[in-house]
Amino acid sequence: MNAALLIARRELGTHLRTMSGYVIAAAVLLVEGILFNAFALGTQQDKHSAEVLSDFFYFSSGMTMTAAIFLSMRLLAEERQTGTLVLLTSSPVRDRDIILGKFISAFLFLALMILATAFMPALIMVNGKLSFGQVAAGYLGLLLLGSSALAIGTLGSALVRSQLLAVILSAAMLVAMIIVWLLAGVSERPLNDVFMALALWGRHFPPFQAGVINLRDVAYYILVTYFALFLATRVLEARRWQ
Amino acid sequence: MIEVRELTKYYGERPAIRNLSFDIQAGEIVGFLGLNGAGKSTTLKILGCVLLPSSGQVRVDGLEVTSQPHEVRGKIGFLPDTAPLYNEMTVGGYLAFAARLRGVASRDTPARVRESEEKLGLSEVHDDLIGTLSYGFRQRVGVAQALVHRPHLLILDEPAAGLDPVQIVEMRGLIRGLRGDHTVLISSHFLSEISQTCDRLLVIQAGEIVAQGTEDELAASLGAPGEIEVAVRAPAPKALDVVRQVSSVLDVRIAHATNQEIVLKVRAREERRPEIARALILTGHELLRLDRSTSRLESVFIELAHRKPEGPS
Repeated sequence: MNAALLIARRELGTHLRTMSGYVIAAAVLLVEGILFNAFALGTQQDKHSAEVLSDFFYFSSGMTMTAAIFLSMRLLAEERQTGTLVLLTSSPVRDRDIILGKFISAFLFLALMILATAFMPALIMVNGKLSFGQVAAGYLGLLLLGSSALAIGTLGSALVRSQLLAVILSAAMLVAMIIVWLLAGVSERPLNDVFMALALWGRHFPPFQAGVINLRDVAYYILVTYFALFLATRVLEARRWQ
Repeated sequence: MIEVRELTKYYGERPAIRNLSFDIQAGEIVGFLGLNGAGKSTTLKILGCVLLPSSGQVRVDGLEVTSQPHEVRGKIGFLPDTAPLYNEMTVGGYLAFAARLRGVASRDTPARVRESEEKLGLSEVHDDLIGTLSYGFRQRVGVAQALVHRPHLLILDEPAAGLDPVQIVEMRGLIRGLRGDHTVLISSHFLSEISQTCDRLLVIQAGEIVAQGTEDELAASLGAPGEIEVAVRAPAPKALDVVRQVSSVLDVRIAHATNQEIVLKVRAREERRPEIARALILTGHELLRLDRSTSRLESVFIELAHRKPEGPS
């Protein structure tokens, strides 16, 4: 078995065997359920099913990013704190496989958590009509957004030894990438186009929310994931020189 | 097996080790001795391909650690100063994971896990969670992960640290049992601890090698005559004279005497234990014990640990 998959399998086992993963999943699902009932289903005015679904993906995108940051905090920071990273770094395993394995495990757990919310769109079917295309596009968007947030979290976790610092640093990087579109409003072309194109949420997620899959948005999230994981690998390599 | 030349490592502006050079032959058990902060762990981490050196060369089995780290890592087993254990895994699961990481084929993994568990006395805790084990067992699991893939070179950073006296004796036996199958490099800050296990010692002080050789060679290099402790069954009025007549013996004194035994402290210019034993037995004495004096070992180490590195710094 490839080293990255071997590490991913062990890590996923840890997510499933320890409480921390379940606590994060339970908290996210609870908050998401409350938001869904209060704002998506519970408003007085009549809404089309597509609007309710769009609201659901709106809340879910925020919760997915939050969960990704908390899931990724332990990936490398905890291993460095407890000294277990040496088992991996002294083995004939490439640093990119260590990063990739850890990312895959966290992504699979996040995907399970995202799929566990499927009952909420299903509830719309009780009183409305569901577009499965919009559901599929929305979930694809959540997975891609979650993947980017996880990769940014993995980078944060590689940079510092403390899990708390990893959360703060990753959240700061994530928020910066979300609000970068604000700079577009105060800059001129072509710089404002660049800022808009870089915005993690405002530019690239709403189409998924509405049931539209643009290749540009898919490519953007894949590139963010790749770039963040690439940097995390470089950080791990650089630590051998320290 | 290991060739180290002019190895230097800086942490920022501070040199952790400077211009280390030594060789280790295949099959040797070598002790790496030094006080805390002397540079032992840094050197071992470089040999274990966890850290990269600032300058110098390290070759393991002819492979350069800086340019071929991936290949070198496949040949070594490394136990750092804190055993890298996942508390939520079972002993068997953890060792299987370590074996697979080091390239053991999945069909061979159960046999390798069984083999290392038997070597380290871990069979009974195969299904136990690592987090529930005592410190002694955790250290054994740490050693087991280092040898589960049958590495050529085993690097153990203070494997006996934190163990109680019984566990230290057990660990010593475990390491002796590795002789022949592996080349072993062990670090410690107790000379008495590793002198009994190792063929040769390297003494490091302030990042530089200050002495190397066997325990007797180290003592000789300091001009310290060897002190031997001899216990014979009482009464033994002639024992003192018998030992005194052995050549090279400088001084003999009675350390203490009881109704059961008389303990002599003997200082000799060179190794004379076999001659002393033969002389006592041939004159009808009942020999109860004969060994190097532990207090002498510690004084040799303290002397070495405070020795200034030779050459330009």
